[in-house]
Amino acid sequence: MEQYLGLFIRAVFVENMALTFFLGMCTFIAISKKISTAFGLGVAVVVVLAITVPVNNLIYNYLLREGALAWAGYPDVDLSFVGLLSYIGVIAAMVQILEMFLDRFVPVLYNALGVFLPLITVNCAILGASLFMVERDYTFAESMVFGLGAGVGWALAITALAGVREKLKYSDVPEGLRGLGITFISVGLISLCFMSFGGIDI
Amino acid sequence: MAVPKEVLVDPLLNDNPIALQVLGICSALAVTVKMSTTVVMCLAVIFVTTLSNVAVSVVRNRVPTNIRIIVQMTIIASLVIVVDQVLQAYAYDISKSLSVFVGLIITNCIVMGRAEAFAMHNGRYLSALDGFGNALGYSIILIAVALIREPLGSGTLFGFELLKPVTEGGWYYTNGMMILAPSAFFIIGLFIWALRAWKTEQVEEADYQIASNTQYREAM
Repeated sequence: MEQYLGLFIRAVFVENMALTFFLGMCTFIAISKKISTAFGLGVAVVVVLAITVPVNNLIYNYLLREGALAWAGYPDVDLSFVGLLSYIGVIAAMVQILEMFLDRFVPVLYNALGVFLPLITVNCAILGASLFMVERDYTFAESMVFGLGAGVGWALAITALAGVREKLKYSDVPEGLRGLGITFISVGLISLCFMSFGGIDI
Repeated sequence: MAVPKEVLVDPLLNDNPIALQVLGICSALAVTVKMSTTVVMCLAVIFVTTLSNVAVSVVRNRVPTNIRIIVQMTIIASLVIVVDQVLQAYAYDISKSLSVFVGLIITNCIVMGRAEAFAMHNGRYLSALDGFGNALGYSIILIAVALIREPLGSGTLFGFELLKPVTEGGWYYTNGMMILAPSAFFIIGLFIWALRAWKTEQVEEADYQIASNTQYREAM
């Protein structure tokens, strides 16, 4: 149990998707002007990550990796090279299913998330988490914890940035830095703060 | 009608994908610690963007619009798999240090963004030029960042010793922050500042105008 808690804390703070691996940066910077929208997007990312990472873990372990097809009678087949294509396919399909499910059963959340759901397909944080899961060889349970943690970390980071930017727009920024430039520098500072979690070891 | 030269040259500084369009920052910054990985990453992105633009432009009139995203994704993912396999076969060390970031070219917004915004509406030659130009604009920023980070962070360039670090009996105290993530954000922020100080038309409108200080005479 402790090991999962450690993994969760590490995924949220120490190895934060957005701030230490630069994943999901495009959406991170484009959709962080208001706290409410940033939070909505964050929730959507948590949901999608918590579903897709474990699903991709199952696909990798039972279909793609070397010797994984032994249960079907093909112990020598190594399909790991089509990994990229299958992960992105799973992500696109999952997002689509989630969208239809929410539309039918939870219309409130569906309306709140709006355009962000389809956007998530091309968010690097989602694919990145699946690729990290493969690279670090997580088990199914670990991948569930990691997916959830990575999502929460990303949501935390984008909400924090949105909070900073909401205040920032009242400040007197030099002309050339206005908008994108100052955003980059504030992301750098937030990322520096998150670095101080680096010493935590659970 | 777009002019070929403009399509190729504009993305370099006037309409840079990173500094102005906010595309493709995602997988880019983590690879700029070392010059060698940066160059390989740039070559990979140039290859994928150019060819995916050509492929998308060739099939653009035969694909129904509501499945176009899936088709683009498949084309891009196949090209990235080729790059990934070639790197693993011929440059295994670099492929290891790039780790997941080669795979992440798939979701690099430059590739998707240019396929959607340009290749869907233009012929194959122009699309090839556009993809090449945008990937080159991306490479310029990446290489500029790596050019600052590697010498200051570890005293080397392409792995050759440039500034002899103290740990090996030299004089240069390596700047640890340059190896860590935040430095890339600062460098890009400053780079955008420099670019916009030069090309002032790129400066964004302010959301709020700050009132000038009240003069003593007005207050009385």
